[in-house]
Amino acid sequence: MIKMKKSRAALLLAVMLSAILVLCLSACTLVNDGGAEQEIYFLNFKPEVAEVYEEIAKKYKEETGVTLKVVTAAANTYEQTLKSEIAKSDAPTIFQINGPLGYSAWKDYCDDMSESKIYEYLSDKSLAIKSGDGVYGIPYVVEGYGIIYNEEITDRYFALSDRKTDISSMDEVNSFSELRAVVEDMTSRLSELGIDGVFASTSLKPGDDWRWQTHLANLPVYYEFKDKDVDLTGVNVSKIDFSYGDNYKAIFDLYILNSVTEPGKLGTKLVSDSMSEFALGRCAMVQNGTWAWNDIKGVDGNVVKEEKIKMLPIYMGVEGEEKQGLCIGTENYLAVNSQVSEDKQKMSYDFLDWLFSSETGKKYVTEKLGFSTPFSTFGVNETPADPLAKEVKRYMSEGDTENVGWVFTVFPGTVFKENFGAALLSYVQGKNSFDDVKRIFRESWERESSLLK
Amino acid sequence: MGKHRQGYFPKKYFFVFLLPTLLAFAVSFVIPFILGIYLSFTEFTTVTDGRWVGLQNYISAFSGDSGFLDALLFTVRFTVVSTVTVNVIAFFLALALTRGKKGTNFFRTVFFMPNLIGGIVLGYIWQLIINGVLSYFGVDITYSAEYGFWGLVILTNWQLIGYMMIIYIAGINNIPGEIVEAAKIDGASPFGMLRYITIPTVMPSVTICLFLTLTNSFKMFDQNLALTGGAPGRESSMLALDIYKTFYGRVGEEGVGQAKAVIFFVIVALIALIQLRLTDRNKKDGKKR
Repeated sequence: MIKMKKSRAALLLAVMLSAILVLCLSACTLVNDGGAEQEIYFLNFKPEVAEVYEEIAKKYKEETGVTLKVVTAAANTYEQTLKSEIAKSDAPTIFQINGPLGYSAWKDYCDDMSESKIYEYLSDKSLAIKSGDGVYGIPYVVEGYGIIYNEEITDRYFALSDRKTDISSMDEVNSFSELRAVVEDMTSRLSELGIDGVFASTSLKPGDDWRWQTHLANLPVYYEFKDKDVDLTGVNVSKIDFSYGDNYKAIFDLYILNSVTEPGKLGTKLVSDSMSEFALGRCAMVQNGTWAWNDIKGVDGNVVKEEKIKMLPIYMGVEGEEKQGLCIGTENYLAVNSQVSEDKQKMSYDFLDWLFSSETGKKYVTEKLGFSTPFSTFGVNETPADPLAKEVKRYMSEGDTENVGWVFTVFPGTVFKENFGAALLSYVQGKNSFDDVKRIFRESWERESSLLK
Repeated sequence: MGKHRQGYFPKKYFFVFLLPTLLAFAVSFVIPFILGIYLSFTEFTTVTDGRWVGLQNYISAFSGDSGFLDALLFTVRFTVVSTVTVNVIAFFLALALTRGKKGTNFFRTVFFMPNLIGGIVLGYIWQLIINGVLSYFGVDITYSAEYGFWGLVILTNWQLIGYMMIIYIAGINNIPGEIVEAAKIDGASPFGMLRYITIPTVMPSVTICLFLTLTNSFKMFDQNLALTGGAPGRESSMLALDIYKTFYGRVGEEGVGQAKAVIFFVIVALIALIQLRLTDRNKKDGKKR
C-alpha cells in the first residue's frame, strides 16, 4: 500500500509539474490573445520620437479604447527588428518600408491601401508606392537634407575685414566654387572663428556612413538619371556610370580636408559625434537633414542658437546648380500588414486616419513628432516649428529653386551601400584612389542589381 | 537492493519525471535548432515562410564574394593567437599570485575585474584607447585589418586573462604540499619544479582553460562589432559578425546567413567534441598514475 501511494504521489507530482510548465509557457500567449482584440501594433522607425509615440498611444487609448502598442527599432536596425517581429503571432499591424526596394522585400506583407482614407488625404498621389492597381506604401513625412550651418559662426567670418573672399553673407553662396572659397578661407582662420574645423567629422564607421554612401551619393545619381531621362518608377536601374563622380569627389574632399577630424581618423567616427561637434559649436557646418534637429537640441551643453541654424543646398559643381535646392523627399512609407486579421487591419487604418486627420492627432504630428506631412488634411500653418523644418519649407516655397528628389530609394540594397562606404573609407585613409572608388561604385551597383529579384 | 529501488520508482514513470525538463528543452532548444537547420535549406524573409531551395545557400556561402572563407581564416588565426597568449599570460600571473606575497588578493581582484564588463562596452573602451595611440600616426583602427586583428587580441587577453588566472590559481593551490616538499628536498630547481611538478598537476585546469578560450574567441561577436564593426570593408569581421552581416545584407540572402550559421555550429561542435575526448583521455591517464 505504502509503495503504491508513494509511486502515485510521485506520478501526481510529475504530472503537476508538467502542467505548471505548460501553463507557464502558454500563459503569456493567452494573455496576449485576450488583449489582442482591441490592440494594434506599430513598429516605429524613428528612435528620436519614440517617447512621443508612447504619449500618442496613451491619448489614443483614452479616446477610443484601442490599445496602440509601439515598439521602436534601435537606429539602423529596423529591417532586423521587422524581420523578427513580423514572424511572431503578435505581429506589427502597421510597419514601414523604405521605398520601392523595401516594397519588393516586404510585398507579401503589404496590404493594398488604395481604398484607405490616408491614401485619399495624400495630396500628391504619385508619391505613394504602387504596383499594378494597388497602393502599398504611403509616405507620411517629407524630409530634406543639405548642409546645415551655424550662422553665428559664418557671420563671425563675414565680419572679418581681411577675408580673402568678396562674399559678404551665406545667402550669396550659390555654387560650389563660392562654397569652397568661403570654406577654405575659414579653415585658414580657425582660431579667430573659435572652431576646430569648418565641417563636422565625416563619420565613416560602418553603419554610420549613410550620410555619404546614401545621402551625398543621391546627388550625382540624381543628375545622371536626369541626363539619361531614367524613369524612376522602374525599380531596378541595372547600370550606372557615376558620370558625376568627380563632382562627388569635389564636395567630399571639401568635407574631409576642412574638418574637425583629420582624414585618417574618420573610420571610427559616428553620426552622433558629428552632431555633437556641431551642437557644441566646434564646427560651423554639417551635412544632415530635418530629422537631426532632436540630435542637435538634445546634446548637453549645446551652444547653437535655434534661430541661427540654417541650411544650404549641397553644391558640387554641377552646371546650373545656382538654382539647386535642398534634397527633399521621403524614405518613410507606412504599410499595413496584410497577414493580420481584418479587424486589426481596420483598426490600424482607423488609427492612421485619426493620427493624420483629427485635431488631436495632427497636433501631435506637427508639434511633437515634428513631421512635415504630404497630406491635404494639414493646413498651411500646421507645420513643425523647428529651424530645420522651416528651412525646408522656405526652399520648397521659393519658386526659383529646383529641389533634388530622393533617388537613393532605388540604390540596389545594403551591400552596395556598404561596399561604397568601405571604398570611401579606404580613400580617406589614402589606401586607394578615387578612381578605385568610382570603379567600385559602378561594379558593385551592377552586381547588386543583378542579384535583386 | 536494485530490486528494492525499482519498487519505489518503477521504470514506466521515468518519462513522466523527465517530461517537464524535456518540454522546456524542446521548446527552447530542440525546436529552434531543427527550424534553424531547415531554414538553411530555404529562401525566406521571416522564419515562417521558407521556400525550399536545396543546397543553393551552402553553395552561395562558399562562393566568391560571400566573405565566409576570409572570415573563417581571420577567426582561426585570431583564435590560435589569442588562445596561446591568454593561457600563457594567465598561467604566469597565477604562478606569481600564488606565492603568498603581500597584495595577492588585491591583484587577483584587479585582474579579474575586466571579465565583469560587457563586450560592447569593452569594445568601445578599447577603440578609444587604441585610436588614442594610433592617432599619433594620423590613422585609426580601421586603417588596416591587421590593426583590428591585434586590437581584438589585446582586448580578448584583457578580458579573459583574469578568469583563466582564477582557474589556474585553483589548480596550483590544489597541488599537494607533500609533492612540493619532496621535490624541494630532492633539490629541484625552480624551473624543474615548474616543468615536472606544477605543469603536470594543473593539466586539468589547462584543459578547461584551453576549451574556454578557444570557444570564447571563436564565437566572439560583440567585441568585434564594437571595436571595428568589420572595417575596413569586411576584412576584420569574424565568423559571427559575417553571419550577422550576411543575414541582414542582401534581400533574399537570409538563407545564406542561416547556412553559414549551421556550418559555424558544426565547427564549434567539432571543437567541443575533440576537446571532450582530450579531457577524457587526460582523466584516464590521471587514474592510471
